[in-house]
Amino acid sequence: MPDSHEVSRRDFATVVMAFVGALIGALVGLPAIGYLLSPALKVQKSEARVALGLLDSYPEGVPTLFSFTRTKINGWEKTVNSYGVFVLRKGNDVKVLSNICTHLSCRVSWQEAQQRYHCPCHDATYDINGGIIKGPQPRPMDEYPATVEDGSIFVTFTGG
Amino acid sequence: MLKTLFAWFDERLGLTTIYHTVLDRKIPPVNWWFTLGSASLFLFTMQAATGILLTVYYVPSPDRAYDSIQYIMTGVQFGWLIRGIHHWGASLMVLVVFIHMLRTFFFGAYKFPRELTWLTGVVLLLATLGMGFTGYLLPWNQRAYWATTVGTSIAGTVPVIGPWINQVLRGGTDLSAVTLARFFSVHIWWLPVVIGGMIGIHLYMVIRLGISAIPGKDD
Repeated sequence: MPDSHEVSRRDFATVVMAFVGALIGALVGLPAIGYLLSPALKVQKSEARVALGLLDSYPEGVPTLFSFTRTKINGWEKTVNSYGVFVLRKGNDVKVLSNICTHLSCRVSWQEAQQRYHCPCHDATYDINGGIIKGPQPRPMDEYPATVEDGSIFVTFTGG
Repeated sequence: MLKTLFAWFDERLGLTTIYHTVLDRKIPPVNWWFTLGSASLFLFTMQAATGILLTVYYVPSPDRAYDSIQYIMTGVQFGWLIRGIHHWGASLMVLVVFIHMLRTFFFGAYKFPRELTWLTGVVLLLATLGMGFTGYLLPWNQRAYWATTVGTSIAGTVPVIGPWINQVLRGGTDLSAVTLARFFSVHIWWLPVVIGGMIGIHLYMVIRLGISAIPGKDD
């Protein structure tokens, strides 16, 4: 009743119902949006600091494989992936290379006799510093920035 | 503009007629006890909405059910709220539906011509209890597992066909992945379909026959 100043019982009930209904709808509806979207929009941090053990445990001048696992959690599922890096010690300096071939992600191995990394899949070869000798690989081996703190080696691992 | 649009739809769908038939019904003087049916309907709507949301992350498998609920509670924004509403809403719905039944009984509202409303109500009450029973297993924690073990064993005490009922409920001799899967299926498909259909008939009867008045001294 727009002409009357008095609110009728029916109009009052309608307004209250609409208000309470909207309130309850918002109380469930708005959180539901976050509920549906939040896990989808979450970006997993893939960068991690990995400890590779004592510097002294690595031989001088010989690339040595260090294997470790990283756990990835997707919702209620956990996946454990294994990774390997070659640690090359030169005095107090270290060079840490990924053992994943840059061609098609096969795992390379160190061949001490020929002083080279060799990939069994397509005969890609790299020198001791990860540079390309020959083969189909598009770029040198990936290197992880490494630091030595109190005699222990740490790398900033980005893969996986 | 909006009025023209509404008029266009109204002319074809008869929205005003539906509105008047459903909401502008003539009712006798009633009290708050007469709101329990609407409360039950509201709770069912809430359970349906939150239940649909829960299926987005819940997995009805013994090796994942518990983990997926942990994920809903800790890993998903407002997951605790959605599950909380579903959890507490379930208990509240059983309570409200039951009191609704008591009100109908004590006010004699089940009598002619409302016998069918009462009978569909009986199915609705039993289906609501079934929802509670099947939903209780889904978290797949110790309490859920043993409550269902006990519950299905009780069903097994029925003379002659008890053991058969027990096995049909469990989908085998023991509680297993099969039990969880069929309880989930019954919880999200079979019973909701039954409840939805029965609510339709129940409401149609209420609208068609109107509601009964509070019985007086002479009734």
